[in-house]
Amino acid sequence: MSGTLTILGMPILSLLIFLPLVGTALVLMIPSSKPGAVRGTAFLVSVLTFVLSIPLITMLDGARSGMQFVERKEWVPNLGITYFLGVDGISALLIVMTTFLSAIAILSSFGSITNRVKTYYATLLALETGMIGVFAALDLVLFYVFWEAVLIPMYLIIGVWGGPRRVYAAVKFILYTVAGSLLMLVAILYLYFSFHAATGEFTFDLLRLYNTPLSHPAQLWLFSAFALAFAIKVPMFPFHTWLPDAHVEAPTAGSVILAGVLLKMGTYGFVRFAMPLFPDAAHELAPLIILLAVIGIIYGALVAMVQPDMKKLVAYSSVSHLGFVMLGLFAMNTQGLQGGVIQMVNHGLSTGALFLAVGIIYERRHTREISEFGGIAEILPWFAAFFMIICLSSLGLPGLNGFIGEFLILLGAFRVHPKVAAIAATGVILAAVYLLWMYQRVMFGPVTNEKNRGLRDLSPREFWTLAPVLLMIFWLGVYPNPFLRKLDGSVADLVARMGRTMAQVDKPGQVLPASAAGGAESTAGAAVPAAVPAAAPAEGGSR
Amino acid sequence: MKMPFGVDAPLGMIEPLLIVSVLGILLLLVDLLLPHGKKHHTAWLALAGIVYAMIRTASQWGQFQVGYSGMVVLDNLSTALNLLFLASTGVVVLLSMPFLKKEDVEPSEYYALLLFATVGMMILASGLDLITLFLGIEVLSISLYILAGYRRDSDASNEAAMKYFLLGAFASSVLLYGIALVYGATGTTSLVRIAETVSGSATMPEGLMFAGVALILVGLAFKVAAAPFHMWTPDVYDGAPTPITAFLSAGPKAAAFAALIRTFFIGFGPIQAEWNTILAVIAALTMTIGNIAAIAQTRVKRMLAYSSIAHSGYVLIGIVAGGAAGGAAAVFYLFAYVAMNLGAFAVVVLLEYKGERGEELRDYAGIGFRYPVIGALLSLFMISLSGIPPTAGFVGKLYLFGAAVQSGHVLLAVIGVLNSAISIFYYLRLMVLMYMREEQETLPAIRVPWTLAICLLIAAVATLGPGLWPSAWIDAAREGMRALFS
Repeated sequence: MSGTLTILGMPILSLLIFLPLVGTALVLMIPSSKPGAVRGTAFLVSVLTFVLSIPLITMLDGARSGMQFVERKEWVPNLGITYFLGVDGISALLIVMTTFLSAIAILSSFGSITNRVKTYYATLLALETGMIGVFAALDLVLFYVFWEAVLIPMYLIIGVWGGPRRVYAAVKFILYTVAGSLLMLVAILYLYFSFHAATGEFTFDLLRLYNTPLSHPAQLWLFSAFALAFAIKVPMFPFHTWLPDAHVEAPTAGSVILAGVLLKMGTYGFVRFAMPLFPDAAHELAPLIILLAVIGIIYGALVAMVQPDMKKLVAYSSVSHLGFVMLGLFAMNTQGLQGGVIQMVNHGLSTGALFLAVGIIYERRHTREISEFGGIAEILPWFAAFFMIICLSSLGLPGLNGFIGEFLILLGAFRVHPKVAAIAATGVILAAVYLLWMYQRVMFGPVTNEKNRGLRDLSPREFWTLAPVLLMIFWLGVYPNPFLRKLDGSVADLVARMGRTMAQVDKPGQVLPASAAGGAESTAGAAVPAAVPAAAPAEGGSR
Repeated sequence: MKMPFGVDAPLGMIEPLLIVSVLGILLLLVDLLLPHGKKHHTAWLALAGIVYAMIRTASQWGQFQVGYSGMVVLDNLSTALNLLFLASTGVVVLLSMPFLKKEDVEPSEYYALLLFATVGMMILASGLDLITLFLGIEVLSISLYILAGYRRDSDASNEAAMKYFLLGAFASSVLLYGIALVYGATGTTSLVRIAETVSGSATMPEGLMFAGVALILVGLAFKVAAAPFHMWTPDVYDGAPTPITAFLSAGPKAAAFAALIRTFFIGFGPIQAEWNTILAVIAALTMTIGNIAAIAQTRVKRMLAYSSIAHSGYVLIGIVAGGAAGGAAAVFYLFAYVAMNLGAFAVVVLLEYKGERGEELRDYAGIGFRYPVIGALLSLFMISLSGIPPTAGFVGKLYLFGAAVQSGHVLLAVIGVLNSAISIFYYLRLMVLMYMREEQETLPAIRVPWTLAICLLIAAVATLGPGLWPSAWIDAAREGMRALFS
């Protein structure tokens, strides 16, 4: 493991985790009568956190396996709990995405949140601490602490600043999540004692626990407990019913964070915990999970198509998109995993931006009904252009970010289950249908509703809220390699770990169908990762 | 083994007990001397005495001694629990001061009774004999019966006291009957010698013994409010003066658990296999009934009453898990539970106005933004009660469920976590009310008496501290169990 990068004497990961919490304290100290100062402080803290998180990507050695920027301190020595942080390419990308989207979410709230301003920004910053902690923790109890710590702030954001049915949505959100994660807690404890039984040592250190010998039924039970917790969070069909409620009722920033980051906590949980801890069970149950993923892709898309409410449409599109991520992860080969991870980031950007766009319309008209709109492209030309790009990115147009992820995922899935990949691919078409159809009904045609006549175009603040997201959408679409290269080492680790029981599927010599893109876009070539260096030895991840 | 009384009566080992007893008597006398309207000052004397007793108790940490013909033991478990009892009594005294003033109740023997109840708890925690156990329970219970009915002008308070007294007396007699049967089976009331007899002799009449164990279990289950012997809890908790409700839910419950741990781990330890399953069923029932019934409550104190039943169920998991790990987990959880529960009750006392206001859940609407600090503190206690990190409640549950998994009771741990999920619903409902509903009428500005502020501070520190840095607390809990398993 590499040494720890320190900034101003603080190890970088601890700094990133606790800086937003310091921001919470700062915000709480400002008198409520100065909402401007509250907004400014919150935004500055979030931007500073984002800037300080950039070295996580730039200084990360993507080719290396194992964890980097590691920090380890005793926390509860008598139970074997350590304050153990570290990132690999996967978590580094997700952390930077988190700090990025948090800053955007805070900026986007300036106009829409007018009551209890101070508490709102304090809560949002506390939420950021929890989210970064989830992606950085390598001790199972520490992870669980952050995982749960995210719940309360999100609960408050939905429940206090949400829409008319906000309390119902907030309670549903927290009960669903907690029911799953508490079962995971029992599984964590079982794992802990199994490791103790095998080695005589009490530890919650994830990297050590990777090597816990477990009986076959125990693996299946434990995997199921972890998978349930994460599947609810993702959310996978049929555990998705909390998501539309939460999204519809949450304020815009809440939706951005929820879709952008919180759902990724679920998929990340699979990559970091459920799959590598219980590889046999993961292989055995992969067909079931892939089935649910594909059902999610198609079902989410079909339900999205018939939604009269824009925000609900975007919410169901998340179910569909996250189905793609799960499909990629459980293809369990390099392309699938790399695609799955990069698609997590893409979905965070695209869907975050979609929610921002819907929020911008909502602030003007206080409705999200598609039928209330029509032809507003001519009234809001800037918004129309931005919204178009976001929709295209979300539906996976080559040249924009969504394409890279979905392409890699389908490539990975095709190598394992060609028929499943073919069915899943229709999800891409359906995405085009529901997004473009919505866009057409909202933006094109004659202006049918007189109320839409006087709408103003993007304000400078709104412009600068969306512009950085669009920049990233283009960057990841045109030149994703810098990001993909950061994933090489960690994905190879994972493939090696999963491959210990399934070497026959991932033949290293197999030539990738690099021309599968059909030359549709020259930039697409860059998307296909070079053959990943031969998988690191199985132990690679643990040292 | 038997020694003449004079030799085997080391006063030093029961010093805290003596201090509190003398203090109680002293309070009764001082109360007589004070003129009307000044009787409130006895509280200060009580507090000073409690602090002194705590200092003396703390100095006993690490000592081990058995005395009084093997009837009383001083070990780290009794020392730790004595500290817990004294601290919780101290907090309740602080809570009572503004409460009694607000309700216009003369304190007279109120504080003395609190101290006598504490004496009962201390006897329970250090009893090594079924007779000592019974003595402790009676001293504790009789004081509590009076305290529950302390508001003589209130029907609810009278009803609470009467119910508590009738059912409590019944439970005590069941307990005594059990003790008699066990004595009949083993020929002794000493826990140590019961264990020797049970594991040593083949001639022990098993039926008599098991009937005795079952009756003792029923009696103690009543005292800790475990299902199906929990029925008295909601009515008594609801009717009693709020500081007494807080008191009831904290110290006496912990004391009854201490008795349960000593009796079943030491005395009935050799036949653990026989009672373990029954206790596991009781634990599961207690958690489930407590949590499900709590959902349906509309009054704060009733909700907290059912919540305290549910928490008894969690602690029972530790006793079912058994061994040093299970016992330490149970003790740790008792500490966490007392801290967060007293904190919650301190807020209830604070928000209760004279008359009926502040007793219904809906009276909490909107207070989160109206009184930000109080709202934040109550949220902290609710979060801890529901077992969400980073609080003592979470570490306690982690430890308890860990002990259950380690001892092979995975199903019980699963029932426990599902119950935690249920409990989150009603604990967070208070947060929903506080933060997500508008206040019904403009709430008056509130002045927090400084004694209450101290209570809240102590409770908050004791809830958050072991949540963030649990090591020292876990070590202490383990130390407490060491003497039992050496």
